[in-house]
Amino acid sequence: MASDLTRLSLAEAREGLRARKFSAVELTRAYLGAMEAARGLNAYITETPDLALEQAAASDARLAAGTAGSLEGLPLAIKDLYATRGVLTTAASHILDGFTPTYESTVTTSLWREGAVMLGKANMDEFAMGGSNENSYYGPVVNPWRRNGDTAALVPGGSSGGSAAAVAADLCVAALGTDTGGSIRQPAAFTGTVGIKPTYGRCSRFGIIAFASSLEQAGPMTKTVTDAAILLGAIAGHDPHDSTSVPVPVPDYAAALTGDLRGKKIGIPKEYRVDGMPAEIEAWWQKGADWLRAAGAEVVEVSLPHSRHALPAYYIVAPAEASSNLARYDGVRFGLRVPGKDLTEMYENTRGEGFGKEVRRRILIGTYVLSAGYYDAYYSRAQKLRRLIANDFETAFETVDAILAPTTPSAAFASGEKADPLSMYLGDVFTVTANLAGLPAMSVPAGLSAEGLPLGLQVIGKAFDEAGVLNVGYALERAAGFDAKPAAWWRA
Amino acid sequence: MSVDPATVKKVARLARIRVDDAELPALADEVNGILHFVEQLQSVDVTGVAPLTSVVHRSLPLRADVITDGGDPEKVLANAPDRLESFFTVPKVIE
Repeated sequence: MASDLTRLSLAEAREGLRARKFSAVELTRAYLGAMEAARGLNAYITETPDLALEQAAASDARLAAGTAGSLEGLPLAIKDLYATRGVLTTAASHILDGFTPTYESTVTTSLWREGAVMLGKANMDEFAMGGSNENSYYGPVVNPWRRNGDTAALVPGGSSGGSAAAVAADLCVAALGTDTGGSIRQPAAFTGTVGIKPTYGRCSRFGIIAFASSLEQAGPMTKTVTDAAILLGAIAGHDPHDSTSVPVPVPDYAAALTGDLRGKKIGIPKEYRVDGMPAEIEAWWQKGADWLRAAGAEVVEVSLPHSRHALPAYYIVAPAEASSNLARYDGVRFGLRVPGKDLTEMYENTRGEGFGKEVRRRILIGTYVLSAGYYDAYYSRAQKLRRLIANDFETAFETVDAILAPTTPSAAFASGEKADPLSMYLGDVFTVTANLAGLPAMSVPAGLSAEGLPLGLQVIGKAFDEAGVLNVGYALERAAGFDAKPAAWWRA
Repeated sequence: MSVDPATVKKVARLARIRVDDAELPALADEVNGILHFVEQLQSVDVTGVAPLTSVVHRSLPLRADVITDGGDPEKVLANAPDRLESFFTVPKVIE
């Protein structure tokens, strides 16, 4: 029974709870048991079983009283980038040692208001910088998936790698991630799960530990597209605490899922056929286009001519913003303090010891590109490229409703395989464009590679058209019929 | 453009991050790898293009100019590594 409950999608679990087939406490206990048996995956930094059972009991009372919220009793994993009141919040960094927020992020506040249960804080790349979850102070996350006939550990992607692994291994019914350059979509693709990055401004960033403020968004990571629609509906909306969140109505995303794409035009960006792209990525992309045609869409080629400049522009803008945002870690107000003989040495010692290698590298790059004499050559130029990239999408969306692309140029890779930072950065080639342009984009599992690993297809949509993106994703999901699960080797 | 270990040391100083001298050459190589990669942007003609500073094409919402939060020093100081009464503490800066 226990393991059966953890296999349910969020929509199925919600139905079961409402029909009183099982209680929220039973469902939560099933997940807590699964988490205990999966510690080897290292998907969670902090487990919160006592809080979860307390919340679940309260959910059962509300379900009995007929006052249940839209997520009543549903156990979730929360990326450890979200401030959670009274619960250790680390951003997977040594520098936030012991940090226990006295306030709650806006989107998690929305989840608890709707009755959701928190199982724990999910592991991630330090400060959301990385694509493999190898940059966590709390150790790497292991992908629940392995290659056929191979026991080598693979990365779950990143930076929301713990959230993705937890969803894929049934260690939560769904999870929250964040996406700055692909950090929801890439791990979703690597783990056979669904993830959506909403339009910049759709969800509040209040209480999300800042990395690159102009790029990042909160978003759901789930087992199905329907689950993503439900969860996104719960976290979307304007928040007075975040002036970049936009006061526009939030539609009923789940109601938009018809799978009917008649009259819709889908663009295939020709510049995304990059050199050295594996043939099977191209083949699944082609298959995805065929599926959308079968759902009634017209598929046409579009051009996004500045796409190849997106990665270099991103790796200027994101580190620049990071160097500024991470200036707050000074050993004075929260987290780690390493003493020094004077104030400056205390800062330097604290930050030297507190930041991991990738975070340090990005702060140095960011500091350099913002320094006097280089600002125009790097940062200002990158922002101009950013406009050209956004303009490309605007032009494309004059003729198409959504864009179909691969999520990643490869399936999950082995731990330690990409030791060179640049080769890691190249994995974001298809995802960073949506962040630079602020557009909604999602990854949906397409199928398995020849090696038996999940591959994802990406749908990019118009600003604030998450409903349209989700519906294209839904059509892909129905056609793909992806129901593969990783063998539960970690329970051995 | 490329940086030498001395420049990396200077940038690390600006960023207030202690880096061991022994690490500087390798760090300079890594930084140069990334700078070389982003160098390709220099080849794009951006004449007349305005920098994109925000993807939100809306004016910021206004609210009444009133105090809506604050007045809770205990919450603010709850995570301080060291404190004295209602203050954060730092190493002595004036002799």
